[in-house]
Amino acid sequence: MSRLSADIDDRIRTGARLTWFTFAAPANFYRLAGWLAPACAVAAALLALAGLWTGFFVAPSDATQGEVYRIIFIHVPAAWLSMVLYVAMAGWAALGWLLNARMAFMLARAIAPTGALFALLALWTGSLWGRPTWGTWWVWDARLTSELILLFLYLGYMALVAAIDDTRRADKAGALLAIVGVVNVPVIYFSVIWWNTLHQGSSLTMGAAPKMASTMLLAMLLLTFACWFYAFAVVFVRARAIVLEREGGTAWARALLAPTAGLAPRGKQGT
Amino acid sequence: MNGGVFAAVYLRDLRLAWRRRTEAALPLAFFLVAASLFPLGVGPDQQVLRLIAPGVVWVCALLAAMLSMPPLYAADHADGSLEQLLLAPGAGLAVAAAKACAHWTISGAPLVVGAPVLGLLLGLPTEELPVLFLSLLLGTPVLSLLGGVGAALTLGLRSGGMLIVLIVLPLAVPALIFGAGAVSAVDAGLSASPHLSLLGALLIACAVGAPPATAAALRIAIE
Repeated sequence: MSRLSADIDDRIRTGARLTWFTFAAPANFYRLAGWLAPACAVAAALLALAGLWTGFFVAPSDATQGEVYRIIFIHVPAAWLSMVLYVAMAGWAALGWLLNARMAFMLARAIAPTGALFALLALWTGSLWGRPTWGTWWVWDARLTSELILLFLYLGYMALVAAIDDTRRADKAGALLAIVGVVNVPVIYFSVIWWNTLHQGSSLTMGAAPKMASTMLLAMLLLTFACWFYAFAVVFVRARAIVLEREGGTAWARALLAPTAGLAPRGKQGT
Repeated sequence: MNGGVFAAVYLRDLRLAWRRRTEAALPLAFFLVAASLFPLGVGPDQQVLRLIAPGVVWVCALLAAMLSMPPLYAADHADGSLEQLLLAPGAGLAVAAAKACAHWTISGAPLVVGAPVLGLLLGLPTEELPVLFLSLLLGTPVLSLLGGVGAALTLGLRSGGMLIVLIVLPLAVPALIFGAGAVSAVDAGLSASPHLSLLGALLIACAVGAPPATAAALRIAIE
């Protein structure tokens, strides 16, 4: 093991000189994410199993919708995550821009595909749910439309950063676009309140008793946390790949990847 | 903002457009051709055309505005004059605002004037034409301002034209909804003023927000 990574190990183990900026260094983040990604993946799998079991075998049938309503257990978490991840992406992008932090830009980039996946999942499951209950796959309702626009914003961000060859310019241009697009998130969130359309109101509101059976709520929350941990795991893995791609020329990355370093990089790092 | 730079860039772009008149007329031609494809595709049924006319006019205006935006920056970027322009103090904002104004004058205003004619072709009743005109008068500057952000972000990229459509159109959706909604509201016997007020609010928000964003994007692009 190289002296540099041993030093990082020491710092992380003792916690002596850990500051807010310790993990802004790609080398430190790479190691941290290497430990966190598998842990998050395991947590996601366990929570998903518990949530699905509660959702399918414990939660009662809905009085009006019967069994179809069970799509809510994946639909609502996916919709939440698609919005939260966009804000997180824009937040990291803004942070990267303000502090000129490379790692923040890399995180923003790593979040985008997962956010797009959740936006697509929310639309897809919503469509599958709409068919039996509304009688149609799709309506141009305010909430559906703004979720679709959110998906387009993710795609636009990914297309823009992919089209620019210069990494610094791609990061900053993507950051600007992500920040401009943030205006859409409150529109989606409040669209059910502002416009009275086909999509039902929120099932959950802060500060009010939930309007659903507690087992249904439990299943939904379990799956929400499962989605959260899945997102963390995937973003960490993707961010590690981006770090290696960009920092491939640095001493620590070469020491890590060199076959002569005396350790099998892949097995040891648990990618 | 640097007023001298603003006036100089604005007048220069107008002069350049005047010297290449055919090129400057292309957005209007695109607008007319694209809109007249709809009756051919949908069929000449008057009732159907009248229903979709506001949306068709607005979507075509949107696309015409987006596709005519990149050339406004591309030539200046290619020959290096954009970098020179941005050297003056406070010039980023002035250049961004001047380019958006010039784009509206060259490409946006002809669309506004041409829209009522298209409305007639698509079977809109004459009393709805002023609303269509007004909605585009308020809406096309929004498109020019947003298009400026997209053009600056995609400056000098290989796939600039397509990319600008992908990244700006989601942001332009509110303008489309309120603009086409104003005409549809009149068609349904309602007042157009709520839609037009929202469109005006959107214009003010974009006039305040878009030039700084464009200036920031320009600085990123030429860094």
